[in-house]
Amino acid sequence: MALDVARLKAEFPLLEREINGNPIVYLDSASTSQKPFAVLDAMDHAYRHHYANVHRGVYEIAELATAEFEKARRKVATFIGASDWRELVFVRNATEAINLVAYTWARANLGAGDAIVLTHMEHHANVVPWQMLANERGVELRWIPMTPEFTLDLSDLDTLLDGAKLLCVSAMSNVLGTINPVRELVAAAHAHGALALIDACQYIPHIATNVAEWDADFVAFSAHKLCGPSGIGALWARLELLEAMPPFLGGGEMIRDVRLDYFTTNDVPWKFEAGTPAIVEAIGFGAAIDYLESIGMAEIRDHEIKLTEYALDALDNEFGDRLKIYGPADIAIRGGAISFLFDGIHAHDVTQVLDQDGVCVRAGHHCAKPLMRQLGVPATSRASFYMYNDEHDVDCLVKALIRAEQFFAL
Amino acid sequence: MAGLEDLYREIILDHYRSPRNRGELVVPPAHKTEGFNPLCGDEVSVYLDIDEATQTVRDIKISGQGCSISQASTSMMSDAVKGQSVAEARRLIRAFKALMSIHESKLEGEGDGADLAADLDGVRLGDLEALQGVVKFPVRIKCATLAWNTLQQGLDEINT
Ligand SMILES: Cc1ncc(COP(=O)(O)O)c(C=O)c1O
Repeated sequence: MALDVARLKAEFPLLEREINGNPIVYLDSASTSQKPFAVLDAMDHAYRHHYANVHRGVYEIAELATAEFEKARRKVATFIGASDWRELVFVRNATEAINLVAYTWARANLGAGDAIVLTHMEHHANVVPWQMLANERGVELRWIPMTPEFTLDLSDLDTLLDGAKLLCVSAMSNVLGTINPVRELVAAAHAHGALALIDACQYIPHIATNVAEWDADFVAFSAHKLCGPSGIGALWARLELLEAMPPFLGGGEMIRDVRLDYFTTNDVPWKFEAGTPAIVEAIGFGAAIDYLESIGMAEIRDHEIKLTEYALDALDNEFGDRLKIYGPADIAIRGGAISFLFDGIHAHDVTQVLDQDGVCVRAGHHCAKPLMRQLGVPATSRASFYMYNDEHDVDCLVKALIRAEQFFAL
Repeated sequence: MAGLEDLYREIILDHYRSPRNRGELVVPPAHKTEGFNPLCGDEVSVYLDIDEATQTVRDIKISGQGCSISQASTSMMSDAVKGQSVAEARRLIRAFKALMSIHESKLEGEGDGADLAADLDGVRLGDLEALQGVVKFPVRIKCATLAWNTLQQGLDEINT
């Protein structure tokens, strides 16, 4: 069933505001999504009615806060198909989730002579932690290249994975929109005795996800891209991995016992959650999951497929070869992030003109500088969609782009 | 509300469309310095040929990619310092940065910019003043200052 976008839009208070006298057209959900009343109200309610620290007090509101916090964990775990809620570690964001794996599992298991396989389309969050490890330990980094069709070139995958200990790959590129064949990649990694870490930051908000079907080992994502608050994200990992991994940050909550000369760690997942967690953000994360489920992930994906197709057609009809799109043409293997560039006009300039019309798109390297180098451009503009965007938003984008092209005409 | 005309003055678009002093110089004798804007990925290379005896900028060439603001600012910078003494080039750098930061320092409550005005005093910025509109678009200030910071780094490297 088609989404009632007008109704959905009305559930996001920010989408009612104006920019420069124009109604806002928010097309930057790949960067971060807007928040519905359901999430704002759940967080507001938590602060007003049962805010206390978790896992500590025995008084009523402390118990309520703890129950809500842990309920949120179970919701998130179930949402991604985890079989056990203990496999879901709350972290600040996807970046921290990946760093957690780099600092604990990888530093306990990798050394000089070991190899990690990455791809040319990774976000810096899935590049720099591994470069830091490589610099420190002499671990080798290998790269899966890209085809001219903006997909991963898997022709040398077996050679790249030969002797590797870890494969790190994004399920969906934040620049190109490309959806990568996660199941096939995980299977290939496992066949070579490597583990697989999936950066699912762009995927989970838009497509129903099942980590068990992926058969992945680590999955990282952020709440703020799926209508949840900033400041919280999750690392999912297989239980036996989490149990064997050394702790990450040290402090309260992550310990079982502390003496002057030693400490023992708490059970999974709290072993990785030192200090007072983002309590209300976790509750907001849970509310965001409820919100997505109330709409339906299949419906969201269907809507975004249609809208992305509409946008790709509209851009092609209006601008043809003058506007280059960096991403797959095949809608089946792409999400709703569209990177583009006018011939001869810098992304920053285009985006500035769009802002005058209230159209919010991102310009820049999208935290993927290695990819931008492969594409041979310093920056692109990127429009990205979510359930609250409709064809009118795309029409506004096209209109604003016409203005931008005229303004900078040579 | 700051409009597009504040940002994109005609003279800026002119420098953007026909940038001055584009190209490269042979290194050595020329000196090459690269500048990056980590925010947007823009890159600029400044080639400097300094006459040791007279301490003047004998020649300057620019290569790299960037938005209209960074390209225009780079082009204007190259025009402004070519043939000038190194001391004058440094004065221009200070003045241009003051022009770009008066707004910022006001935002941060660091006084009224009077100290910065001293840097501007008596310096003829000419075309460069067209870039003043950039301060109304704070994220674009880094685009405008990229070339100048790179020039400064180049002069510092040559001196040491
Ligand atoms: C593919 C991908 N990975 C990782 C991240 C990092 O997410 P966060 O900044 O929430 O840690 C992003 C966010 O832009 C992303 O798009």
